[in-house]
Amino acid sequence: MSRTDVQLMLDVKAGDDSSFDFLLVKYRSPLVNFLYRMVRDRATAEDLAQDVFLRVYRARKHYTPSAKFTTWLFRIATNVALNSVRDNRHQRMEVSLDAPVSAEDEDPMPRDLPAREKRIDEQLLERDRVVFIQRAIGSLPEKQRAAVLLHKYEEMDYAEIAKILDCTEAALKSLLFRAYENLRGQLAPLVNQPAAQRAVEGRPS
Amino acid sequence: MKCQEVSKELIPYIDRRLDSATRSQVERHLADCAACRLRAEEFRGVWSMMEELPAIEPSFGFDAHVRQRVAAQLQRGWFLWFAPQARLAFSAVLLIALTVWIANRPANNPASVGPEPSAAATSSEQDFNAIKNLGVLENYDVVTKMDALSELVPASVQPPNQSDRDQTESND
Repeated sequence: MSRTDVQLMLDVKAGDDSSFDFLLVKYRSPLVNFLYRMVRDRATAEDLAQDVFLRVYRARKHYTPSAKFTTWLFRIATNVALNSVRDNRHQRMEVSLDAPVSAEDEDPMPRDLPAREKRIDEQLLERDRVVFIQRAIGSLPEKQRAAVLLHKYEEMDYAEIAKILDCTEAALKSLLFRAYENLRGQLAPLVNQPAAQRAVEGRPS
Repeated sequence: MKCQEVSKELIPYIDRRLDSATRSQVERHLADCAACRLRAEEFRGVWSMMEELPAIEPSFGFDAHVRQRVAAQLQRGWFLWFAPQARLAFSAVLLIALTVWIANRPANNPASVGPEPSAAATSSEQDFNAIKNLGVLENYDVVTKMDALSELVPASVQPPNQSDRDQTESND
């Protein structure tokens, strides 16, 4: 019978470092993706994810299973991400004034390309869409962004997200509504045009 | 339900997280309201667009980096365990050194017993000898009229004062 996350963390607390490895393997990918979508930089996201695991390990002696492990973990991750975004905001503004934003800056198609071979126009179109979606999510205020990412990609329920963001469920509903309204405003032109359909339309007959 | 109320429930509705009663209310409103129906469709579209974002995998050395940082943390933890002992030892040494210094510190109090009073006596004796050799001191009358110099003359060599001399003369 597999141990729950809480049990694994309690084992880490008791001095079993192999349980920490289990948690590391299980949550490294969700954490890196969450942080990558928060800070929009792969290297920073990995560094922050390492920082989160280090904080978890450091806090092991004081861990009490008062909430779900993921709530605790993503609360740490969200705080780390929000601090990073706030710390780098000024720096990012300076960079954006000096250098034009290129597709490479956004790191839109990081390393793992889809297995299915696609035509170049399809790939370019999809790449544009991905950059557009990333920018739309990235343009949300930090707390809205965190709420959307936890809701959409981590599929957490409202109570859990509210605990992570330290707000009431009613406030979270309102936050999510505003966030999706923002995204709807930005992404509406692309909503009814999936990549494949646009590629077909654009192909000369 | 009005449009404003429904709009707040649209996300949970699309997400299938509404209770059945609220869900029925929202569905009834959507059946009659084209604007809210369009908004719901666009939310669904945004939702499906967000699924187009590719997931990334952590880099090859990610786990190793985490373990490295954890190991460094553990080492630092051991160092920190020793750190208070080092601080305590340093404080003890400092306290002992301070005590020794205070005990051996030369006292400024003239009443205290120590080598300093004898040194002061030697110094004033040297001063007296120097002054004694001055020619002016050979004149006894001058010396007796100089109050300042009379203070420097030790009691052993101090000449008798005027009243004593008068008394001596009367005895004679």
